[in-house]
Amino acid sequence: MELSLFEEIGPSMWQINPIKKMKVPAVIYASRELIQGMDNKVYEQLCNVATLPGIVRKAYAMPDAHWGYGFPIGGVAAFDPDQGGIVSAGGVGFDISCGVRLLHTGMKRDQLSPAKETLAELLYEKIPSGVGSQSHLRLNPQEMDEMLLSGARWAIKKGFGSEADLEYIEERGFVEGAKPEAISEKAKERQKPEMGTLGSGNHYLEVQEVTEIFHHQAAETLGLQLGDIVVSIHCGSRGLGHQIGTEYLRAMLDAAKKYNITLPDRELACAPIQSEIGDAYLGAMRGAINCAMANRQIITQFTRNTFGEIFPHSNLRLVYDVSHNTCKSEWHKIDGENKRLFVHRKGATRAFGPGHAELPEKYKKIGQPVFIGGSMGVGSYVLVGTEKSESLSFSSACHGAGRALSRTQAMKTWSGPDVIRKLKEKGVIVRSGSYRGVAEEAPDAYKDLHSVVNSAEQTGLALKVAHLCPHICIKG
Amino acid sequence: MNSSNWEHFSHQADVGIRGTGASMDQAFEMAAYALTAVVTDPKNVTPETILHIHCNESDRELLFLDWINAIIYEMDTRKMIFSDFKVQTHNGELYADIKGERINSKKHDPAVDIKGATLTELKVTNENSQWTAQCVVDV
Repeated sequence: MELSLFEEIGPSMWQINPIKKMKVPAVIYASRELIQGMDNKVYEQLCNVATLPGIVRKAYAMPDAHWGYGFPIGGVAAFDPDQGGIVSAGGVGFDISCGVRLLHTGMKRDQLSPAKETLAELLYEKIPSGVGSQSHLRLNPQEMDEMLLSGARWAIKKGFGSEADLEYIEERGFVEGAKPEAISEKAKERQKPEMGTLGSGNHYLEVQEVTEIFHHQAAETLGLQLGDIVVSIHCGSRGLGHQIGTEYLRAMLDAAKKYNITLPDRELACAPIQSEIGDAYLGAMRGAINCAMANRQIITQFTRNTFGEIFPHSNLRLVYDVSHNTCKSEWHKIDGENKRLFVHRKGATRAFGPGHAELPEKYKKIGQPVFIGGSMGVGSYVLVGTEKSESLSFSSACHGAGRALSRTQAMKTWSGPDVIRKLKEKGVIVRSGSYRGVAEEAPDAYKDLHSVVNSAEQTGLALKVAHLCPHICIKG
Repeated sequence: MNSSNWEHFSHQADVGIRGTGASMDQAFEMAAYALTAVVTDPKNVTPETILHIHCNESDRELLFLDWINAIIYEMDTRKMIFSDFKVQTHNGELYADIKGERINSKKHDPAVDIKGATLTELKVTNENSQWTAQCVVDV
């Protein structure tokens, strides 16, 4: 995008002042280079979000923003239900509550090294991943509804993990207000064989090493030291979320007409928060959030069991679990007054600053952990939220690197076996059911994660804590 | 593109599917073929099992969206992949026979699950007697 489209309002902060039907300004947080590398659609989509009814303060885009569906991916927008504010299925996306969970293994690199190949094989065998993958779990209708209502709590009740895990999951493992009755039988059917599965595409389970520490106090609080071995799990609400997104996106097209909401682009299909369909979508979406948290909880236990087979004394501690495709009801201070807003984060992570009531006691002094996943080659970053991000972005930060090349281009550019071989030369073992899938996820198909994370830190959205480099990647 | 064909078009994060043909039905069929090609080479899919699909929607673009989403649903719930599509539309009703087989990692090397069809770049057009049906699918 051309920088001339924006007013530079600070380091890596670019504002679009209201034009045409924009109700509020829009802001992108990114370096000059990242802005210049973004598709013009990000500008267009962010301006469109700023026209929606009841939007509060500004529409925001994170440093990893790219062309999405109605909302840009990396988009954040908050809506006031008392001002006709809307909820948008496209503003959450199809992979509802996709997120990242970090486990600390209690092991060091030298303990992992001798068993790395064996562990890679066993993880690939035990964690269902890839297209069409299924787990052995089948939920009956009653269990499905219980899972939708109580998320990771349900999973723990069923033996997947311990009560202690709940403290380290957003909302302590489940969001209130889920409505199983607002979720179609088709969505539940789609989910039936998919509990405890990673999925495909950019989803993964990685065994990683802490290779760099930037924020010593936060790292110490999170229990991260140089050389520690951790596990990152990136996946979401699977078929259930996909079907809810599909059905409500469609239904909201009719709702927007019914409620006379003028859409600059029908991809922004939405409904008033205070409407029957708005309420139904929120109930269904919360069920999908709970499903995603239950899914990651089950995969956590599969991972613990697998580690236990090779390292009998291992104890995989949950560091934190964050989602990045959500709409959440939150309290924010607007013009000195506390307001309940519905914050859409599409490809963006909640990043509360230190002291926030939602945080686990142990993390209150450092802020919310934020996990930024990269490609197979570069690993991930751990960050923490800041006080400043409340005023910058309703306490939100970025979620990943974003693609630089389309899947089609990537498939033409790289071959799966080559990508696997080159990563092996760098010490990364990749296990995947699809060479083509690996080619499409080649490290160079993604933008420079370091630039994205540095922009997040420069603007004050979040602070860098640690860099995690991959040893094993189970690719969906 | 030839009069009857399919292709993928560029989208930064996901994939655009496009089908063309001498009729809307044919464009819908070719777009479905493009959908399969997001996952695997359709030439490697044996059309051994038949399923029937019915959609009802007066807006032809939304009818196309419903058609693609109906296939995605069958792919995901039956863990199948399809390579043969026969579509008949009339007055907003779509009836289709789709043929395929159960997905097999070794045979199909499937790249990615498809989550859903989006309204992005959703178009069904008829220009100079050539029909085009397209949208971006989320993967």
